[in-house]
Amino acid sequence: MTDISAFPAQAASASDYIALLKPRVMSLVVFTGIVGYLCAPGAGDIVLGFSAILALAVGAGASGALNMWYDSDIDARMARTASRPVPSGRVSREEALGLGVTLSVLSVLTMILAAGLFAAALLAFTIFFYAVVYTMWLKRSTPQNIVIGGLSGALPPAIAWAAKTGGLALDPVILVAIIFMWTPPHFWALALTQSRDYRNAGVPMLPVTDGAKSTRLHILAYSLILAPLACAPLATGLGGPLYAVVSIAGGIAFVALAVRVAFSKAGDLAEGGEVYAAKAENKSALHLFIFSIFYLTALFAALLIERIAGAVLG
Amino acid sequence: MTEFLKLTPEQEKARKRRNVWIALALFAFMVLVFLITVTQMKAGVLNRPL
Repeated sequence: MTDISAFPAQAASASDYIALLKPRVMSLVVFTGIVGYLCAPGAGDIVLGFSAILALAVGAGASGALNMWYDSDIDARMARTASRPVPSGRVSREEALGLGVTLSVLSVLTMILAAGLFAAALLAFTIFFYAVVYTMWLKRSTPQNIVIGGLSGALPPAIAWAAKTGGLALDPVILVAIIFMWTPPHFWALALTQSRDYRNAGVPMLPVTDGAKSTRLHILAYSLILAPLACAPLATGLGGPLYAVVSIAGGIAFVALAVRVAFSKAGDLAEGGEVYAAKAENKSALHLFIFSIFYLTALFAALLIERIAGAVLG
Repeated sequence: MTEFLKLTPEQEKARKRRNVWIALALFAFMVLVFLITVTQMKAGVLNRPL
């Protein structure tokens, strides 16, 4: 018998199914994955390399669909996510689950064929970690949700490296560590401005559980670890002169913005405060959030440019 | 008793569009598996002992 609830009241368009795959997260995964693949030693094969990155992208999309399936109740209660395909009723929860599971299986199978068991196991672990450990468990139970859960977003360069070489080394671990340490200040900067939404949705983000001041200090602490860590590729020879400029200048700017957030009142007025005053105070957190995206992109772009330049110039 | 669900014309159109996309995606997956297999086999052929 057909389950009527499986048919959403409104007809979904192709863009709704694409939105289920969280294309912005997917683009970061693809970008860091490509850099990880190109930084790995060896020539690689274009068909196998393309297939591995595609599998990585589809696996990330599958995780996004599973996240939207499970979190549709939370998404419906938050302004930032209420218009997503599931809470808005354009795609049913069953469809999101079906798409997520199907794409998970296909992406891991493709990775097995293109790159072998080790890279496929890493990909499967990443999907499991994001969909089950982060989404189903950590997100609703601890303010450390995005710290631990950030591992799934950090692993793509290591998966791509493993896809090319069949193993891991210090360099991909450093790339993973950089994204891992970047994730908390990035998300907490955004969370400072959205804490009312998170509280209403019952998500224990750090500004909700520990308050804005503690969050601002956490952001500064993680930034102070991230900035020198991002320079580590210089010590191993992974990063060259361009990377040196980007990582050092970017790190100084990142810490400067984090210090500005620490001494601001960002997040203090999020609840019940006067709207314009709250917006003004939150500016420093928003600036850090926007800069953090530019910073991570610039770090990996520097590695990418150095690899391409190295290949062209021999 | 069997219950039949009556879809609106808009839902039927959406279902048709979905089916086309699924067919295209499956075809693309098939081509990808073919290309990967050929590439892996080529590598195997080149590496075989003479």
